[in-house]
Amino acid sequence: MNMKNKSLISINDFCKEEYLQILDLATYFEKNPNQKILEGFVVATLFFEPSTRTRLSFESAVNRLGGRVIGFSDAALSSTTKGESLADTIRTVSNYADLIVMRHPIEGSARWASQVASVPIINAGDGSNQHPTQCLLDLFTIRQTQGTLDNLDIAFVGDLKYGRTIHSNVIALSHFNTTFHLVSPEELKLPSAVKMHIKSNNLQYFQYTDLEEVIPKVDIIYMTRIQRERFADPIEYERVKNSYTLTKKMLEGSRENLKILHPLPRVNEISVDVDLDPRAYYFKQALNGVYIRQALIASILGLA
Amino acid sequence: MKPESRKKLIVSAIQNGTVIDHIPSHAVIQVMRILNLIQTDHQVLFGMNLDSKKYGNKGIIKIRDKFFDDVEINKIALVAPTATLIEIRDFEVISKKQAEIPDIVEGIVKCFNPKCITNYEQVRTRFRVIDKQNLRLLCHYCEKITKNENIEFI
Ligand SMILES: [Zn+2]
Repeated sequence: MNMKNKSLISINDFCKEEYLQILDLATYFEKNPNQKILEGFVVATLFFEPSTRTRLSFESAVNRLGGRVIGFSDAALSSTTKGESLADTIRTVSNYADLIVMRHPIEGSARWASQVASVPIINAGDGSNQHPTQCLLDLFTIRQTQGTLDNLDIAFVGDLKYGRTIHSNVIALSHFNTTFHLVSPEELKLPSAVKMHIKSNNLQYFQYTDLEEVIPKVDIIYMTRIQRERFADPIEYERVKNSYTLTKKMLEGSRENLKILHPLPRVNEISVDVDLDPRAYYFKQALNGVYIRQALIASILGLA
Repeated sequence: MKPESRKKLIVSAIQNGTVIDHIPSHAVIQVMRILNLIQTDHQVLFGMNLDSKKYGNKGIIKIRDKFFDDVEINKIALVAPTATLIEIRDFEVISKKQAEIPDIVEGIVKCFNPKCITNYEQVRTRFRVIDKQNLRLLCHYCEKITKNENIEFI
C-alpha cells in the first residue's frame, strides 16, 4: 500500500492487507523508536478539543523521529473562538506544516479538512465518529499479546452503545475471524448496525450482562468506561458501575494468555489491584500508540 | 370542448425539450429546484394536481429546448420516484425513461445527524446510497445513515 500524501480519516478506508502493513511497520518502530528520519519536517497538532494523551502520543512520535511540532491543545487558544471556519484554519495551517494531526468535536470534520488542506490530515478523533489511530494501536496490541490476530475470542465490556472505539474495533476485527463476546448493561448494548456487520461477515457474537461469566472464555478483555451521563436514573448508574468493575479476584480461572486492554483514561472500571497482574496490559497498550503513530506519519510523509 | 382537446390545452405540446411526467404533485417545486429550473432562462411550464390514470393525481413539468443527462435526471428520483422523462424533438417523442436512484447523492439532501460537519459549515452534502429500495444514505463525512423517513431536502 502506498500511503504517501494520503490522509488517514476512517478505519473504513482500509482493507485487511493495509492494516497488516501498518502493524508491521509499527513493529519496526517498536524495535527502532529513535531515528532522525523526520529532520526538517513540521507536524501540526490541532486539538480543537483537549485530549492530552492522544496529543502527547503524537508529539512523542514526531519528536522521537526528529521532527518538529507546532499547534494548539484547546480551541480556546485557536482562532476558531473568533469565529473562523474550520476550512479557513486548515487552509492556513497547511502553509506552515507538512502534515496536520487534528482532533475536533464535530463528526466528519476530519474528512472535510482533508478536502480543503494542501497537506495530508491524520484524524485524531472527530466527535463520536472515528479515531483510526486508536483502533490500529488496539489491533497492534492484540497481535503483540497473542502472536496473531486470527481466530481470537475477544470480549468488549462496558458502554458498547456509544463507544466509538468499540465500534471501530469490531469492524476492523471482522477481517480476522474473531468471535465477539459483548458484555454490557441492557441499556448500553452494541447497536444493531454493528451486530449486522458481524453477521454479514459470517462471524459469531454472544451477548452477556454478567462480566464474570465471560472471563474464562476469552483471549482479550477490552474494558471501557461507562459514563454517568448515559443514565437517566443515577441509582441505575451506581448499580451498573459496580457490576462492571474488573477485580483481580474475578480473573481466577482465566485463560493463561488472557490480556486486559483499556483505551484509557480509566476511572473505576478496572480495580487498581489488577495493575500489577501480568494479564494487565493497558499501559503497554498506550505505549504502542507511539509506534503506530510513528508508522503512520513516516508512511504518509513518504519516509518508510 | 372534447375532453381530449381540453387535456391538450392543460398540457400543451412543445416542439423541442423535455417533459417530466408523473411527478407526485407535492414534489413538483422540489424537482424544479433540484434541476435548477427556478433560475433558468428556458421556458418552463408546470402543473400540479392534474388527473392521472395511474396515480390519481400528478404533477408535470415541461422545459423548452432543454435536455438532461442521466446524472441530472437521477437526482430527482429521490423526490419523484415515479417520474417519467420524455424527450421531444420536432413534436416527436424521442425517448422515455424512468428516473433511477443514483449511487451518489450530492448537494440535495441534509444529513440527519445534527453533529455532522455539513450542518455546521458550508459543506456540500454527499451520500452513498447503501440501500436503494429502502433509501438509506450513508454520509460521506460523519458516516451516519440518513433513512428514508428522515430525508430532508436542502
Ligand atoms: Zn453527516
